[in-house]
Amino acid sequence: MNVLEIRDAYRVHGTGEAAVHALRGVTLTVAPGELVAVMGPSGSGKSTLLNLAGGLDRPSRGDVFVEGQQIGRMSRRQLAAMRRRSIGYVFQDLNLLPSLTAAENVALPLELDGVGVRKARQLAVAALGEVGLGDLAPRFPDEMSGGQQQRVAIARALIGDRRLVLADEPTGALDSQTGEAVLRLLRTRVDAGAAGVLVTHEARHAAWADRVVFLRDGVIVDTSGPLTEPEQLLEPAS
Amino acid sequence: MSIRHGLLALLERGPMYGYQLRAAFEESTGATWPLNIGQVYTTLNRLERDGLVRPLPENDGGQRPYEITESGRAELAVWFATPINRTDRPRDELAIKLALAITTPGVDVKAVVQTQRTATMRALQEYTRLKTRDDDGLDLPWRLVLDAMIFQAEAEVRWLDHCEASLVRHTRTPRTPSAAPSPAPAHSEVTS
Repeated sequence: MNVLEIRDAYRVHGTGEAAVHALRGVTLTVAPGELVAVMGPSGSGKSTLLNLAGGLDRPSRGDVFVEGQQIGRMSRRQLAAMRRRSIGYVFQDLNLLPSLTAAENVALPLELDGVGVRKARQLAVAALGEVGLGDLAPRFPDEMSGGQQQRVAIARALIGDRRLVLADEPTGALDSQTGEAVLRLLRTRVDAGAAGVLVTHEARHAAWADRVVFLRDGVIVDTSGPLTEPEQLLEPAS
Repeated sequence: MSIRHGLLALLERGPMYGYQLRAAFEESTGATWPLNIGQVYTTLNRLERDGLVRPLPENDGGQRPYEITESGRAELAVWFATPINRTDRPRDELAIKLALAITTPGVDVKAVVQTQRTATMRALQEYTRLKTRDDDGLDLPWRLVLDAMIFQAEAEVRWLDHCEASLVRHTRTPRTPSAAPSPAPAHSEVTS
């Protein structure tokens, strides 16, 4: 089953003359173990697409499914629970809470979801170990480098049963070596069975993905990736 | 760049014959620059003519190794010390193609740009995959060659983005009455 499925989604902000058509009929599926990069100039609809995928926004028309659940049919409460349990986010900045240690930051989503503190901390330390930061669990964000902080954010995004990770320019301010290490890690986590969507304007970073979709004016104009993808053959050209 | 300087650099390690040179060349460029043996011998002949290498007696297997001369070493030192002049590189076919696309009536320039971008992106994905796959065993020279290809492909994608943005600005000005490209290219409805 696809972890993320966006079907013919439209998103219009505003009405009448002032209406902005941010997305105009986008279809995108992401399977477990698949990393999809979205590239496009500012205003092309990248952020809107990511917000729809993350349940932070709903389509004006069309459907979004996360792990088979239709976002449009969920109550606010159900949606919040799904965001906590199924989806991990990695943003360019403002990722970690400065007053919490690395382990506390990673444990936070679990604790919010009702997992006991001790159990959550245990899982967090293990998750930090998986991203190569086991020793830094008791450190605060400002005691870590930018690259280490971003790895903590990835550990947090994928803790628990989260199988969808959404990354928005996750290498923003990092130098090229550190940025590459972050993408390598994202790639590894996706290879281990997660589904990933990476929004970036850097081709070198998008190249870590299995597929790269090019967004222009709210429409996917092209896709670069494996030439024969089953769903590409099955999906009717809309 | 020249195969010439590449071979000189390899001979600086010690005398080699044609097939060894070809193998060593391909090894040091990660086989991204395949050489045929004819190119190797032609180049060796010219290097010999210019006094930069000299042939040694044939070995038992009938192969003739070459060694670098003093002038060869000097030439090599100059090569390493001199930055590569961009205008010495082969002319950029893609840039010329795009320039022609813009001035040729009936060509969907946006489609030309997008087709190229997708192809370059795919190459970039493949290079990146090579890098992931050989992560542990990757030696530094090969990694650097791979990175060079990655950065060049990235630059091409950025340049294509820039071209597209310029095209959009250009077509928005009302000054282009004839042969205005249709705003909805046929490929625009392809979904993933």
